[in-house]
Amino acid sequence: MEIIIGTLLVFMIIGSIISLETKDLLSAIISLTAVGYFACVALLFLKAPDIALTQMVVEVLSLIILIRATIRRDLTTIEEDRDFFGLITTFALIFVFFIFGMEALRYLPPFGTPSFTLNSNSPSNRYLLNGLKETGAANIVSSVILDYRGYDTLGEATILFTSILGALAILRVYARKRSKNE
Amino acid sequence: MNEEKGMSLIVKTVTRWLKGFIFLFGAYIVVYGHLSPGGGFPGGVVFAATFILITLAFGREYALRKMGKILASELDSLGALLFLLIALLGIHYGGTFFLNFIEKNHPSGNFNLFSAGTIPLCQISIGIKVGACLFMIFIILAVVRVIFVDGKGKLITTEKKEKK
Repeated sequence: MEIIIGTLLVFMIIGSIISLETKDLLSAIISLTAVGYFACVALLFLKAPDIALTQMVVEVLSLIILIRATIRRDLTTIEEDRDFFGLITTFALIFVFFIFGMEALRYLPPFGTPSFTLNSNSPSNRYLLNGLKETGAANIVSSVILDYRGYDTLGEATILFTSILGALAILRVYARKRSKNE
Repeated sequence: MNEEKGMSLIVKTVTRWLKGFIFLFGAYIVVYGHLSPGGGFPGGVVFAATFILITLAFGREYALRKMGKILASELDSLGALLFLLIALLGIHYGGTFFLNFIEKNHPSGNFNLFSAGTIPLCQISIGIKVGACLFMIFIILAVVRVIFVDGKGKLITTEKKEKK
């Protein structure tokens, strides 16, 4: 299992590097989609079919939107070299994140050990044991995101609503006409 | 139907055959979200993908005539308000926000379509909302620009830009 996940992660990293470094915009989008596809397969191996399904459909939709939105844009190329100070800052930030991440990963349970087996009072334990009885939903993920954690889903819906408002407000061509009184 | 708009005849015929099945698959994912993998969000994305397929195959005028220009934003608001209404009805019936106030267990077992209280209703509202929202994002990013004429917002296609 760990070997499979590791192989998929290596493919995802390769696809990300290709999509960052390639010159062609269409190739970048396609390799980014390959990264998403490998993430979908990895989620299937991790036994999360809900998230794998969501990943797959959102990936297809974002592929269409990205191709459609970028296919007629003029390509802008930057000729000069990268900023040395920016590169140093990037590597320093990655190093700091790596240090803190190593410290945080030490407290996680080992791979393949669910956290609810370690602590019997954890909320996930209650969701798994009483979820079907308390909510009536056979899909535990659905019962968690819409019954136990309904606030999170409400926040997600609000985020989508705000994003469509922002897109409508910003992406119009012409500005609002000024009225005669001003 | 104008044959010159959109893609070739093969793509149009296949789209005409497949669009109902894709929409049905999205509805299946939404309605059975509490029993099998799926739910409101991926089902709504499949709804949006159906309309995006129609837009790409038949051209923008045909799809916008089918879906309506402002109808997508109205469906978006409708889904959000329906979800909020279900959450507020929990206060009315039991005093808690997001209370699952409908009877949860089906008499013939838990694996029935109408078995999980408010969860399927929430899935349907989120499906409507996400589908309309993502279709709106697509037509804003790729097809349609918004102009403001005399203080009223209008959605136009990019082809008619000179018309103002």
